[in-house]
Amino acid sequence: MLAFLGFKDGSGEWFIIVDTEKCNGCGKCVEVCPANVLEVGEDEYDPFREELVVKVREEERKKVRYSCASCRPGYGEKPPPCVAVCEPGVISHSEGWKLLYGKEHL
Amino acid sequence: MAEEGREFWRWPETRWTNPGIDWKQGNIIAVGVDVGSVSTQAVAMVDGELYAFSNTRTGSDSPDSARKGLNMALEGTGMTTHNINYCIGTGYGRVNVPMAQQTITEIACHARGANFMYGPRVRTVMDMGGQDCKAIRCDERGKVMKFMMNDKCAAGTGRGMEVFAELLQVPVWEIGPRSFQIEKEPPMISSTCVVFAKSEVVGLLEEGQPENDIIAAYSAAMAHRIVELLSRLGVEKEFAITGGIAKNEGVVKRLEGEIGIKTLEKVWYNPKYRSRKYPFDTQIVGALGAALFARALLERGRVKSVRKQ
Amino acid sequence: MIVAGIDVGGKNAHVVLMKDDTILAKGEAPTGMKKAEAAERLYDEVLQQAGLKRENVECVLDTGSSGRKVTFAQGVIPEAAADARGVIRLVPSVRTIIDVGAEEGRAIKVNPKGKVLDFAINEKCAAGTGTFVDTMARALEVTIEEMAKMSLLATRSIPMNAQCAVFGESEVVSLIHARTPKRDIARAVHDAIAGRIGSVARIVGLEKDIVMVGGVAKNIGFVESLRRDLGMDVIIPDAPGFVGALGAAMAAAAGVLEEEVKARVVEKEKYEEGKA
Repeated sequence: MLAFLGFKDGSGEWFIIVDTEKCNGCGKCVEVCPANVLEVGEDEYDPFREELVVKVREEERKKVRYSCASCRPGYGEKPPPCVAVCEPGVISHSEGWKLLYGKEHL
Repeated sequence: MAEEGREFWRWPETRWTNPGIDWKQGNIIAVGVDVGSVSTQAVAMVDGELYAFSNTRTGSDSPDSARKGLNMALEGTGMTTHNINYCIGTGYGRVNVPMAQQTITEIACHARGANFMYGPRVRTVMDMGGQDCKAIRCDERGKVMKFMMNDKCAAGTGRGMEVFAELLQVPVWEIGPRSFQIEKEPPMISSTCVVFAKSEVVGLLEEGQPENDIIAAYSAAMAHRIVELLSRLGVEKEFAITGGIAKNEGVVKRLEGEIGIKTLEKVWYNPKYRSRKYPFDTQIVGALGAALFARALLERGRVKSVRKQ
Repeated sequence: MIVAGIDVGGKNAHVVLMKDDTILAKGEAPTGMKKAEAAERLYDEVLQQAGLKRENVECVLDTGSSGRKVTFAQGVIPEAAADARGVIRLVPSVRTIIDVGAEEGRAIKVNPKGKVLDFAINEKCAAGTGTFVDTMARALEVTIEEMAKMSLLATRSIPMNAQCAVFGESEVVSLIHARTPKRDIARAVHDAIAGRIGSVARIVGLEKDIVMVGGVAKNIGFVESLRRDLGMDVIIPDAPGFVGALGAAMAAAAGVLEEEVKARVVEKEKYEEGKA
């Protein structure tokens, strides 16, 4: 299941995209996230799933735009730490950050 | 259905009991309660058949709203919470459903409920609640494959439409029909943000634009918000719309126009329900899905029945 | 040389008239529904104040969320560039500018010469703007100034869950029904928006001196909440609402319209071009 966790408003789409089929609940992403946005727990979207899965903490869900900004998901050569550390490739981000925070040195 | 003047922008409260079922003859009574930010629904199913439901306004207290909703659904049936085998809470206020044994997110419940109401051919569900908008892709069993929800921003939520209805002092059930009483489709309201859209609307009113044109412009903007959410997931047929917004033809028609796909007709998939004309209320989808999960979890032995009588 | 800067904002317009680096006159007026007309009227008023006519002004530049609507100006300069010029004149030690107006909130990182290095913007969403404050003041049935003053007397801090002005208003109404003291609600409102503005500022990095400008800088409740959120002091120059217009006037005087427009950080277009 592809879970888009975050929000959309006038300024853009700000979602952390979790592919739950690929997630094994290892929690490495939780450890490396500098903004403490992630956690691992029961899958509330699939009551029959038994393995743990990564999710966005409820307190952070409506603020991910700011929390993820410092890792600049979507541009630059380096992927954000949560993406880099995940072998199965569970996590990705929507386009909001790429579209809005590109910069040009003057 | 008497409404006080101040609250004419809310849908009226309703309830229904299935005349063809005697619950005392039933084996498994499964209940789902969906406490939303604006409305609450309770659905009772007896051995997998729809037995009773209610659609009420959520008050300031979620547990009270849940109780009121369930009591209204069971009104006149003689059933009490002691007769329920398992109850699942869902919705925005799901952690506050005192009679529920477990909670499941509305995403999962909506997919399940839509599968039951519209049939296994449903692959895409869009639900707009009072304070959120969800786009869900599911399989033929009603299992969620992808989903996206916005509950941070009022644009594209029921509240966004309420704010507009309040501003114009038009009851929410008149918005749809009036949005078609125009000569030509006007350009949509450009501001995404409801607060800025309100200023835009005030500007148009001051310019002397006809109210129905403004209603059309706002409905088109709301439809567009929904399309933006849906296109990120892709719309696969068949496509069903649930929640209060499904009753707003002005938004539904414009949404269909933009994506080029017609939504499923609001009739029961189950031919027996159709022929017996059971009421088809798109707002009960979440609670219905919750009740279905309750039954499934019991049947698979994942949970134990709490029924006392 | 006489120049003018006009900042057409979501709520107010500001005009600054300058001659050879001295401010001749300035003025402020609400923009209302017809922003371009309101800005033009204000411009003419300020000219009259200085005993001048439109012909006496060699160059007029616009800025602001509705800057493009004023047709008689020689050009438009981006708000970030205008803010940078205006602030560096008033507070030469500035490195981070936080500008919160009625419709937009932005953070700008500048180098010691006042050139824009980076910026982050909160736009098209009332939650990170002065409009959020206005909406909540209306819900509390007080003026913005009253709400600011009472927030300083709050005895506890309540977090607001809503990240939206519309949902926030419902939340405030619920708090009022629950008999929460208005001063605590007022503080919650300022904390909420300060949290969002602080987040925007952190995107460019908090480097002192941090200067706050825009209409919301006059809100003492918000400034207090922002200081708390940043954990750093924030400098508010005199007449913080005029900084954009001042910067636009300075840009007109320096004749660097081309450069400023080129130097604007172009998000979508340039990035997409680079990717293609």
